[in-house]
Amino acid sequence: MHVVLVLVLVAIGSVLFHFLSPWWWTPIASNWQYIDDTIIITFWITGVVFVAVLLFMAYCVWRFRHREGHKAAFEPENRRLETGLTVITGLGVAAMLAPGLFVWNHFITVPPDASEIEIVGQQWQWSFRLPGKDGKLGRSSIDSIADDNPLGLDKNDPDGRDDVVVQSEDLHLPIGKPIKVVLRSTDVLHNFYVPEFRAKMDILPGSSTYFWLTPTRTGTFDILCAELCGTGHPYMRGSVVVEEQLSYDVWLDSQQRRMVAQQDGTKGQKGEVEVQQ
Amino acid sequence: MVDVPLGVGGVPPAEVEDVELYHPKSWVTHYVFSQDAKIIAVQYSVTALSIGLVALMLSWLMRVQLAFPGALSFIDADAYYQLITMHGMMMVVYVLTALFLGGFGNYLIPLMLGARDMVFPYANMLSFWFYLLAVVVLFASFAVPGGPTGAGWTLYPPQSITAGTPGLAWGIIMMLVSLMIFIIGFTMGGLNYVVTVLQGRTRGMTLMRMPLTVWGIFTASVMALLAFPALFVGAVMMLFDRLLGTSFFMPEIIEQGARLPYGGGSPILFQHLFWFFGHPEVYIVALPAFGIVSDLISVHARRNIFGYRMMVWAIVAIGALSFVVWAHHMYVSGMNPYFGFFFATTTLIIAIPTAIKVYNWVLTLWRGDIHLTVPMLFALAFIVTFVNGGLTGLFLGNVVVDVPLSDTMFVVAHFHMVMGVAPILVIFGALYHWYPKVTGRLLNVPLGQLHFWVTFLGAYLIFFPMHYLGLMGVPRRYYEMGETAIYPQSAHDLNIFITVTALLVGAAQFAFVFNLIWSLRHGREAGGNPWRACSLEWQTSATPPPHGNFGKELPIVYRWAYDYNVPGAPEDFIPQNQPPLAGEIASRAP
Repeated sequence: MHVVLVLVLVAIGSVLFHFLSPWWWTPIASNWQYIDDTIIITFWITGVVFVAVLLFMAYCVWRFRHREGHKAAFEPENRRLETGLTVITGLGVAAMLAPGLFVWNHFITVPPDASEIEIVGQQWQWSFRLPGKDGKLGRSSIDSIADDNPLGLDKNDPDGRDDVVVQSEDLHLPIGKPIKVVLRSTDVLHNFYVPEFRAKMDILPGSSTYFWLTPTRTGTFDILCAELCGTGHPYMRGSVVVEEQLSYDVWLDSQQRRMVAQQDGTKGQKGEVEVQQ
Repeated sequence: MVDVPLGVGGVPPAEVEDVELYHPKSWVTHYVFSQDAKIIAVQYSVTALSIGLVALMLSWLMRVQLAFPGALSFIDADAYYQLITMHGMMMVVYVLTALFLGGFGNYLIPLMLGARDMVFPYANMLSFWFYLLAVVVLFASFAVPGGPTGAGWTLYPPQSITAGTPGLAWGIIMMLVSLMIFIIGFTMGGLNYVVTVLQGRTRGMTLMRMPLTVWGIFTASVMALLAFPALFVGAVMMLFDRLLGTSFFMPEIIEQGARLPYGGGSPILFQHLFWFFGHPEVYIVALPAFGIVSDLISVHARRNIFGYRMMVWAIVAIGALSFVVWAHHMYVSGMNPYFGFFFATTTLIIAIPTAIKVYNWVLTLWRGDIHLTVPMLFALAFIVTFVNGGLTGLFLGNVVVDVPLSDTMFVVAHFHMVMGVAPILVIFGALYHWYPKVTGRLLNVPLGQLHFWVTFLGAYLIFFPMHYLGLMGVPRRYYEMGETAIYPQSAHDLNIFITVTALLVGAAQFAFVFNLIWSLRHGREAGGNPWRACSLEWQTSATPPPHGNFGKELPIVYRWAYDYNVPGAPEDFIPQNQPPLAGEIASRAP
């Protein structure tokens, strides 16, 4: 009867593993507690079903094992039992789907006061663009990309004049403010994934995608790429720093000053070139 | 009163003339270019199982790299991505699809339906040779400059045809061409399976008397005929993008600093085409497994399958629904987010017919007379792994829950459990079950039990904990897990545990291969019907069944395939071709 024993052990062992193992999600750092809650609901419903099915199987294998003289019952159908089980299953499914769709609606409805930032994926690095004081990101085009314009900003767009481009540095975000993350790629698919934020989205060349979140916990979090993007995929890392508004303002200010200095520098160089000609 | 599908009202007249078969005249036409579905089935099965062993060894290499990064010097990142791509594509298409439809379909459809052969034997033969050619092209990509493609089995553009991905020069072309040849070959076989089920049944074999194995394979074949064309056009379009410079899937992009001459295409279009094939593909593998496992449970529990009609409708409903759920693979792809509502709803609805099937399997065990034979052990293990994998599907199908889990190891664990481990356990159970019919000898039982316990428990220990790595935030398709603040040291230890278990489970498969070969000569003689089963393949005139399957006269079917332990019957089973017993109709008519 080791089959019965193993079935019971698999059921109990899986539940114990679930509660006792050290591998669990990281503490959340965004407003998507709803997602975690929906996962917990799903764990409970599916866990109960899993244990129930396995224990019932174990009971059947033990109770109806072959013995001399034992005969199986001949019963092709049982309409009431089948209908009952179908209805219960339907209810269980609805209990998972309803909160799921409710939260999804929340997930795809960006609050009107969210500020936009842009994240650009390239093989194999992350770049970021923040709007300046006007709060608007300027247009960009892949054909404008050049050595002095790595993200292809449209220089004629007034909205983009004060945009702040951050490369090979951490992204900073203020705590408690909703943020619409606009995603863009210049080459292949990527996926902006910060496990603590729960939210993630693929990044496509040729069009932009988005999601939104509100950071709720200060700290430094790793950015991973979660869509296969070539051999450098696991090494496409970055960091995002969530901090209080005051320190964020200081950081943004320093970035803006760096941008201005850079732009002056490149203008100066161009000026010299023109003079020489 | 329950409605028992019996031969009430007699047997319908013969609808199809018994046709003269093609009779092979030489060894070559008998065993090589054979038109006999049973030989073609063995050819398909041996080829697919051999590829399975290769794919298994590729997975060993991947697992060693994940547990001990850099331990094998020849596995660099390029090689790793080539390994995962080839492992995935081989298993999904060239092993599982080919084995269930080409292997079990060819062997069981004519025999279970009381037909002499498939209706188009010549096309059936071509089907296998196209399949073999596709396999040769696939394996040849290991030898071409640059090696096979490393784009992942999903082959998402632009990455699959731009720099930074191995196999850009030749590998991706070989892959696409191989898939196209496979699909051409499958179409010839698939039309055969469908038409044979619809036209080739013997007298009395109504659709609602067919064993569920045939229902599963039949529905899967119809689905494959409708789904594979989407992959075919996707492959043609990508080949055009790669070779002719079209831009079906290619927007404006910069490849390592250089602007490519593409523009205006959509990478998401490919994902839609791929998953319009790819999701039905999951059920193309699952439905034959559902059907086969139903028959295994019924035969070895000596009890009629519970709720046969519900089981048939569940198979058909799953088949139909599986064509409107594909975008649940694309919740975070950047497609219109409003699609999420529709596809989450359809995806969770499909859980209902699937759950009905699970209930009916365990209710068949209930009040049964359970013989714990090796096929039964595998069937029980299938239920465990399938329920586990099916339930985690409810996480991934429920759009917002998928957001944190997509593209993590949770997904890898889920689909391995539900469409890797579960169907493969059915394949093993089915091989132990039907091997005596194919060869006339039984497989060795102690070796079979060893194979079973290592495979079932090992596979569960590999994939159950893997879900939690994904929950923790480990993305899939990482050459190495790497260091991140959120991964504790124990996560690396878990990786090592999974790898060691995977090596053991892999090794156990060689015991199975040994059993298959050894029992050919040394297995216990099986006789014609060792499991005392009702369906027609066990009622052939000789075992192994001769050319033409049945003797001079085709069997006439009077009942369904599940008359086990019928009250009042002299034995605990009544074969399908047994005419009504005295008083049977009178006592059980509705």
